[in-house]
Amino acid sequence: MSAGQDGERIGVYVCHCGSNIAGKVDVAAVRDWAAERLGSHGVVLARDNKFMCSSTGQELIEQDIRELGLTRVVVAACSPHMHEKTFRAACARAGLNPYLCELVSIREQVSWVHSDQAAATAKAKAVVAGGVYRVAEHAPLEPIRVAINPTTLVVGGGIAGITTALELADAGFPVHLVEREPSIGGHMAQFDKTFPTLDCAACILTPKMNEVGTHPNITLHTWSEVTNVSGYVGSFQVTIRHRARYVNADLCTGCGICQEKCVERVVDEAYEAGLGYRKGIYMPFPQAIPKVPVLDREHCVYFEKGTCKACEKFCPTGAIDFTQEDDEVTVEVGNIVVATGFRLFDPRRVEPYGYGRLPNVFTSLEFERMSNAAGPTGGRIVLRDGVTEPRAVGIVHCVGSRDRNYNEYCSAICCMQSLKFAHLVREHTDADVYEFYIDIRAPGKAFDEFYQRVLEEGTVFVRGRVAEVTDALRFPDEAEHDGRLIVQVEDTLAGVQRRVPVDMVVLSAALEPPKDAYDVARRFGLSCSSEGWVIERHPKLDPVATMTEGIFAAGCALGPRDIPSSVANGAAASARILGRIYQGEMLLEPVRATVDEARCSGCKVCNDLCPYNAITFRADAGVSAVSPALCQGCGTCIAACPAGAMTGTGFSDDQVMAQIEGLLSASLAAPPAPVEVPTPEAVPA
Amino acid sequence: MSDQTRAAAADGSRFEPVILGFTCNWCSYRAADLAGTARIGYPPNIRLVRLMCSGRLDPTFVLAAFARGADGVVVSGCWPGECHYQVQNLRMLGRFLLLRRTIARLGIEPARLQLVWASAAEGQRFAREIARITEEVRALGPLGWSAATDGAAGDLAGVLEAAAGAEAADGAAPALPAEPVDGADPASPAEPVEVAR
Amino acid sequence: MTRLLYYPGCSMSGTARGYASSLAAVAGPLGLDLHEVPDWNCCGASEYFSIGPLQGYALIARNLALAEREEGLDRTVVAPCSQCFVNLAKTARYLHTDPAFAGRVNDALAAGGLSCTPGAVDVRHLFEVIVHDVGMDTIRARVTHPLRGLRVAPYLGCLVTRPDSGERWREKEHPHAFDQMLEALGAEVVDYPPRTDCCGGHLSQISPSMGLEMLRRLLDAAARLDVDVIATLCPMCQMNVDLYQSEVNRRFRTRYHVPILFFTQLLGLAFGADAAALGIGSEVVSARAALAKIGVEVPEPEAPEPVAAGARPRKPRPGRGPELPMPRMPDPEEAEE
Repeated sequence: MSAGQDGERIGVYVCHCGSNIAGKVDVAAVRDWAAERLGSHGVVLARDNKFMCSSTGQELIEQDIRELGLTRVVVAACSPHMHEKTFRAACARAGLNPYLCELVSIREQVSWVHSDQAAATAKAKAVVAGGVYRVAEHAPLEPIRVAINPTTLVVGGGIAGITTALELADAGFPVHLVEREPSIGGHMAQFDKTFPTLDCAACILTPKMNEVGTHPNITLHTWSEVTNVSGYVGSFQVTIRHRARYVNADLCTGCGICQEKCVERVVDEAYEAGLGYRKGIYMPFPQAIPKVPVLDREHCVYFEKGTCKACEKFCPTGAIDFTQEDDEVTVEVGNIVVATGFRLFDPRRVEPYGYGRLPNVFTSLEFERMSNAAGPTGGRIVLRDGVTEPRAVGIVHCVGSRDRNYNEYCSAICCMQSLKFAHLVREHTDADVYEFYIDIRAPGKAFDEFYQRVLEEGTVFVRGRVAEVTDALRFPDEAEHDGRLIVQVEDTLAGVQRRVPVDMVVLSAALEPPKDAYDVARRFGLSCSSEGWVIERHPKLDPVATMTEGIFAAGCALGPRDIPSSVANGAAASARILGRIYQGEMLLEPVRATVDEARCSGCKVCNDLCPYNAITFRADAGVSAVSPALCQGCGTCIAACPAGAMTGTGFSDDQVMAQIEGLLSASLAAPPAPVEVPTPEAVPA
Repeated sequence: MSDQTRAAAADGSRFEPVILGFTCNWCSYRAADLAGTARIGYPPNIRLVRLMCSGRLDPTFVLAAFARGADGVVVSGCWPGECHYQVQNLRMLGRFLLLRRTIARLGIEPARLQLVWASAAEGQRFAREIARITEEVRALGPLGWSAATDGAAGDLAGVLEAAAGAEAADGAAPALPAEPVDGADPASPAEPVEVAR
Repeated sequence: MTRLLYYPGCSMSGTARGYASSLAAVAGPLGLDLHEVPDWNCCGASEYFSIGPLQGYALIARNLALAEREEGLDRTVVAPCSQCFVNLAKTARYLHTDPAFAGRVNDALAAGGLSCTPGAVDVRHLFEVIVHDVGMDTIRARVTHPLRGLRVAPYLGCLVTRPDSGERWREKEHPHAFDQMLEALGAEVVDYPPRTDCCGGHLSQISPSMGLEMLRRLLDAAARLDVDVIATLCPMCQMNVDLYQSEVNRRFRTRYHVPILFFTQLLGLAFGADAAALGIGSEVVSARAALAKIGVEVPEPEAPEPVAAGARPRKPRPGRGPELPMPRMPDPEEAEE
C-alpha cells in the first residue's frame, strides 16, 4: 500500500494562514520536510504561502498542475469543512479531477489547539504525511447529479415559515406549509405590539396570513404534523398526518356559530398562554387561517358522554363531521425548511420567583395576551383577580436565561420585550414600573433609542438578578404592603439589597426549543446543539443551511431571535432554495458505497445495516447491490462486509489505511531535531 | 514514530504516546473543529482520521493503528440518537465493545481503545476527553506493537489472524473470563459505556 | 423493614435528644431498621474545613470507611442532622468524582487501618428517606391521632434540598414534600415562605446581629401566619429557633412565642405516642399551649434543682491577685450599632 509507486506527482502546499498557522507551526520546516522525506511517496514539490485560499494561493496550485504536471495535490491548511471546495475547484480549473486533491487540517486540529511549537510542527508533519499517503490512493470521481423537485416543504407556520412560504410561492413554485396548531401565525399572532416601533403585530401579520391562506401555490396543512421523511435532496418523500378536525373544511364557512353554541369552556394553554378560555370547538383567534375551527375531542361533551352535538345542530352548512379520522398524505418535495420556532421556558422551575404559587406573577406571554386589545382582559392590565389595576409592576429579566442552572444563553429578545412591557404598563395604567435587569442588550436598529425613551418615561431600572419574589413581609415597616409582592434584589449599582414592593411581577422568560426538538431533528436528520437548537452549517457564513443537504432552517428553530431576524432567515432560506430550483439539478459528493460483485458472497449482512434501504439483494445474481441515489455514504456496510466486497468512494479501505500509515509513518521518528518533550496544555475541567 | 519518544521515556523524561483518533464527519470532527475555533487546547498526541460516520470504522483500522505504532486509539462519533445516519453510531458501538474484548485477548489493555461521544457543539468536551485519554494512555506506557510486527515487515496478516482467532474463541466461550495476558487485567470489568447524555 | 446504617451525629445525644427519642419511637412504625455506624466520630460540622481541608475530609471519610465495612446492610448511611448529612454527602461525592483526592484521603485513613471505596456508600438525609422510600401512603396509614387543628409551618432549612448532590429533589428552592407529610398527619399546613432559608447556623454565636436577624425573619414569618408550631428536621435549626428565641425578643423588642418541634415528634404524636416519650416538654419555648389545642398533654418540665445557698461558688474578686487587669475592648458587634 506504499504510495508513489504509480509514478504519481504530488504537490504539497502548506498554508501560513497569516499567523494563524505560522504562529504555532514552523511552516518552512514542514514544507522542507515534506519535500525531502516524502519524495519516496511521490511528492515532487512542496511550497508554502501566506494564504493558500487567496487567489494567489489558488493560482499557484493551478500553475503547478499545468506546468509541472502534478497528478495529486495535498493542501495543509484549515479544516476541510472550511475550504475543501475551494481547493478542489482550483484543481478542477487546472484540469485535474477535483477529488485528487486532499485538504488536511493543521489549523483547527493543530495550531489552534497546541501551544508548543515543536510538538505542533511534529504533528503537522504527521498530518501532511497522512494526506500524502492517502491522496496517492485517490481515484478521479464525478459528482452525482440529482434533479431538484421544485416543490418545497415548510415546517412551521410562524412568521419565519410564512415568509419562506410566500417568497417561494410568489416566485411561482409550489409549497406545502405544515403547522401543528389549528391556525398559522405562531407566537407573533399572540403579541399586541412589536418592539421598538410599537406597530400592531396583528396589523402586519394578518395580511401575510391571508396571503398564505389564499395563495394558489401554497397547500396549507394545519392541525398537522410531519411524521416521516425519506429520500434525499431534490426528492424527499414526506408523510404529513392531518389530525381530525371533525369539521369538513370544504363545507365550513368559518361563521363561528359552532363556537358560540359549544357548552364546553377550556383554559386556552396555547394561544391565550393559559390566561384565557376557549370553547371545545374553536378557532384560536378571529383572524385565524384557515378559517376552519377544530373540535378538541379531549374537551367535547359528545366524545365524553355521547350526547350534545350542539355544534352539529346549529351548523348552517352541515360541516360538523364526528366520524372524521386522522389521515396521512405523502408529498414529494425537493427541499425542506424547518421553522419550528420556540417554546417559552416554564418559570415554575425558578421556584423562588413563585410563578404558579403567587397569583400575581405572570409570564411574558401572559402579559402579551393581557396587553392585547383582543386578549382575555380586553387590553386592561390587571391583577389575577381580573379587576384591580396594579400600582407598581416589576419586570424581571433573564428568567431561565443567562443562568447556568437553566440556560446559559441569552434569549436575545427579552430586554427589548421587557422595555416594551414597561412602556405598555405606563401607557395603560398609572403604575410605577421597575425593570430588574443584568445588562440591557439593545443592539438592533432603533433599539437603544427605545431604551432611552423608556428611561425618560420614568421607568425605574434596578441592575441585579432578582433573588426572590415573595408575599412574605419581613420587617415591621413593611406592614403597609401586606397582600402585595416584594421583589428582593441586590442593586449592584448602589451596592445594597432592595426589597421593592409591587403588585404585579412579569417574568421575561427564556426562549427554549420546542419540547420535541430532538424528535424533529431526528426525523429530518439534523444536528442539534445540546440545548436543542438546530445547528447551522456555518454560524456566520451559512446561517440558514443545515448539515443535511436540502434541509434549511429559519427563525427561532436556530436559536432565540426577534421578528426581523426570523423574517430575514425565512427569506434567506427561500433564496437558497430558489437558486437550486432554477438550476434544476444539483451536484452531490460522490461518497457512495459500491459492491464488487465478484467478491460478494451474498451473505446479506449489509442489507439490514442500511437505514436508507439503499442495499437490496439481487436474487438472480446472488449478490447485494447499492442504489447510489439512496446511499448516503456513511460506510457502515463497508466496515461490516466480511468479504471485503463493499468499497466506498472517497473513503475506501485503501485510502483510510494509507492515511493511518502516513500519520504513524516511521519516517517521523527520524531526526531533524531532538524534539523537546511537549507539555500538553492544561485543559480546563 | 515512537522510537524517539520511547528513547525519551528511557532517559527518564515523560513518555509521549501517539494516539490515533477516528472521528465522524458530522459531529466529532466538527467538535474538534470547534475546539480549534474556540482555542480550547488539548495535548498534541492525538492525530485524527476523518470518516464519514463512526459506523465506517472497520475493526482492522484500529488493529492497523496499533500495529503501526499507535499507543492508543480513540473512536468518536455522534451521541446515540443523534447520528447523522440515524443509528450507525450504534452499529459502531457494538463493534467497539467486541473489539475491546478482542484486543484484551491480544494483550492490549482495553483502556488503549476508547470511545468518545461528542456532538458538533461539544468542542470543550472533545478537548477534555482527549486530554483525559492522553493521560490514561501515557500512564499505560508504550505499546510497542510496531516493533513486534516489524519482523513481519509491517504485515498485518499475523496480527489479524490472531485477532480473528481470539474473536472466534470469544464467540465460542463468551462466559469464560479472559486469560490474563501480559499487563492486561481482564478481570477488571470493562468501563461502562455512556449511551446517553 | 428497611435496614439502614445510621449516623446520629453529636446533637442527637445533646440538644436534640427529643429528635433521638422520637425517631426511636417512629422508626418501627415507618419500617426503618436503623443500625448505628460503630465507633462513628464527629462530622466536623463546618469548622474543620477552615483549619485543614484534608483533615476535615479524612475525619468525615473515616465514618464512610466504617460504614463500608458493615456487611449485610445496603450501604446507605442515614443522617438525621442536615449538617452531618451535607458533610458526609459532600465527602462521598468528592471521593467519587476526584480520584486524586480519594487517594490523599485514603492515605490518611490508612494510618488507622481504614480505607474508603469511592461510591461504596450512599449518604441520605433521614427526612429524604422517609419522604421518598417510606412514602406518604405508609405515613397516612399509621396515623391514629391526626393533628387536626394544629397550624404548622414546614421549615426545611437550607441544606436538605440544596446542594442536592445526589439529585434526589425535584423542587429545591420551594419544596412541598414537608407540606405533604404534615398534611398526611392531618395538620393544617401554612405556605411558609422562608422554608428553605438559613437559620443562621453558628452565626447566633459568632455574629449575633446577623444571626439573630435571620432568626427574627423566620419567627416573623411564622407569627404573621399565626402558626402553632414550626416543624423542623435539623437539630441546628431547632436549637437556634428554640434557644435563641428569647434573645431575639430581647434584641428586637418582640414577643414571639413560636415553639419548634422535630418532624419525628409530630409523626409520633399522630401515630399515638405519648408526648413525654417523644421528648416533648424539654424545649425552651414550650409547645404545651400549642399542643393543648389538639388535646395533647405535655408534662411539666422538671424544675431545676435549687442550688444550695452556701454552695454557690465564690466569684473571684478583681484586684486581689497579682494579675493586671485586661484592657477592655468594645464588643465589635456593639461597636457597629
